[in-house]
Amino acid sequence: MRKNARLLTASLAALGLFAAACGGDDGGSTSSEAPASSDAPASSDAPAADGFIAGIAFDTGGRGDGTFNDSAALGGECAAEATGAEIKELEANVDEDRKANLELLVEGGAKVIVGVGFMFTDPMGEVAAANPDVSFGIVDSVVEADNVSSLVFAEEQGSFLVGAAAALKSESGTIGFIGGQEIDLIKKFEAGYTAGAKYINPDIVVEVAYLGPAGDNSAWGNVDGAKEIAAGWYAAGADIIYTAAGGSGAGTIQAAIEADAWAIGVDSDQYLTSGDPEAQKHILTSMLKRVDVAVCETIKAVAGGDTSGGFKVFDLSNDGVGYATSGGYVDDIAAQLDEIKAAIIAGEIEVPTAP
Amino acid sequence: MNRQKLQRVLVTSASSVLAIIVALVICAVILLITGKDPVKAYSTLFGAAGETKVLQGMLNRATPLMISAAAVAIGFKMNLFNIGVEGQMRVALLSTAVIGGAVNLPAPLHIAFCFVVAMATGALWSGIAGWLKVKRNVNEVISTIMLNFIALSVVAWSFDTFFRLDKEGESTSLLVKTKDLPRSAWFPDLVDRRLNGMLIVAIVILILFWVLVWKTKFGFQLRASGANSGAARATGVNPKRMIFISMLISGALAGLVGMRALMGDVHAYQNNLAEQQGFNGIAVALLGRNHPVGIFFSALLFGFLGEASGRLQLEDIPKEIVTIMTGIIVLAVVIINEAVKRWDDRRIQRRAAAMVEAAS
Repeated sequence: MRKNARLLTASLAALGLFAAACGGDDGGSTSSEAPASSDAPASSDAPAADGFIAGIAFDTGGRGDGTFNDSAALGGECAAEATGAEIKELEANVDEDRKANLELLVEGGAKVIVGVGFMFTDPMGEVAAANPDVSFGIVDSVVEADNVSSLVFAEEQGSFLVGAAAALKSESGTIGFIGGQEIDLIKKFEAGYTAGAKYINPDIVVEVAYLGPAGDNSAWGNVDGAKEIAAGWYAAGADIIYTAAGGSGAGTIQAAIEADAWAIGVDSDQYLTSGDPEAQKHILTSMLKRVDVAVCETIKAVAGGDTSGGFKVFDLSNDGVGYATSGGYVDDIAAQLDEIKAAIIAGEIEVPTAP
Repeated sequence: MNRQKLQRVLVTSASSVLAIIVALVICAVILLITGKDPVKAYSTLFGAAGETKVLQGMLNRATPLMISAAAVAIGFKMNLFNIGVEGQMRVALLSTAVIGGAVNLPAPLHIAFCFVVAMATGALWSGIAGWLKVKRNVNEVISTIMLNFIALSVVAWSFDTFFRLDKEGESTSLLVKTKDLPRSAWFPDLVDRRLNGMLIVAIVILILFWVLVWKTKFGFQLRASGANSGAARATGVNPKRMIFISMLISGALAGLVGMRALMGDVHAYQNNLAEQQGFNGIAVALLGRNHPVGIFFSALLFGFLGEASGRLQLEDIPKEIVTIMTGIIVLAVVIINEAVKRWDDRRIQRRAAAMVEAAS
């Protein structure tokens, strides 16, 4: 009996682990009840043929992060409204899902499919080559194929602006940056933010921390981890913290509320996506990465018959990145920020892409 | 096969099937509660089983799960709980990509060389936990969990610092990898880009696992130590040696888990490669009751559910429901197996008692 009891305990422990392993991205569960985009009104300004289907393939983080993926989902809704397209969405659980999901969308009749995240690079290259009559779009990466639009963002430029905003608004002279996984993509955010802050105040102290090493997916949904770091920094005198870590950013906002300090959002306008009046008092601004625009434009272009694909950079010059003004907390420094923005566009300020 | 053994096999299989049916019923209730149509969900699910592509995908997904479940099961046989398969796999992935990519050998030799590197690295990593257990009596559950974290960080750091390949002028690509493995180290496909030949390796591993555990002296000692360590020690089995060796074997198998992804698919190391396959092996081993045949079928079930997940999502059933279903199946199997086992034990006891009574 004792052995059985041990085995049962072990089994339950394993189940717990299994559940934990599977639940790593449970940030996605909150908003899976989002309205089905398929019944979006067909008030089309670029009318597509009836039954035009567009697919969006999300990566393992998935919808509900309030930042990156939700921005892509918004892009799908925007395209549905504009063209009457039916949007089919698929989310990956594991490695093998990426290619399988792209293929499922092709089979489902999608004429344009957007992969959200650079992990789709290889699978999309393969599926795009096998399906030359379908158009594809990939966010954050480059796939060299005629039927693929590569949608790349200059996150460092937008981050430079919110870094400058942080330096202008900081009273303590200490600000912070919390990243998700320590990967090249997130280092671009860090590099721009630090450079922007130092551009305003060369003596400013910028604390930097990452929630996990490359490959640690929990870093995108680690609300507690972000909150702990942020609370520590606020207590030690930092007054503004920028978080580029998907769903984890909610932790920074919570810490900012408790410490009565500022948080800076990422990708989406988190003042709007949080929807919580308490949080809104503490979101200074957000670095906007207009994934929604990229996704919406890509689908609209194909719906309108333009299947040219190609390399598309979203930066300050085309408002592909920027900063949010909701709440009006940065209105007083908007003139300075816009000056910096113009200087970056003109090439007078060079923004680094790596710290 | 004698009658008793046959009965046992029947009881085991029947309880697994019963567990799956119970799980499906519970899931139907959950679907109803969440406002989804269970009939539609299940017809999508079972309809997918008729598609060749789905079956290929199922086998392809099942391949690493079979190997990682075997790695977990060999520990289980000894009451050792190796949760570190994920970390052992990750360390082996990077070392194989780097060392395997640095040599040039004819194809079969090169593949064999890569396997040896992967197994050696996996065994090295699990050996740390084995050594700690034997020398310092550190609980292997704790040490392997910690070693998973360490593996993730060490691999991420050393990949980023030493082994990543930055192609010139391609600073825009955020997907970084190691140098590609030479073609001679690529594991061939059975069906081009759909089903990799590692499936055969996985099946051979399951057969060898069966032979090792049930047909050798080592296997007997292993099972004896697991069933009753005191009695095993009394018959001259060295428990420390058994613990250390089974941890090494477990780690060596864990090293091979990621090879389908590395040698058969991506052909280079990248972050997130083969992620979760080590963890999922724990559930597959539990569901398969640590027996090669059970592992084979439960790996197929997991592979199938994974393959069906996308189709269910298209039917407006959130992917989380599929994860919940998988969890419920495992839970149902564990509970029902335990219940059936107790019922079976009591039945045998009653019969024995009746025989004793009749004899007296």
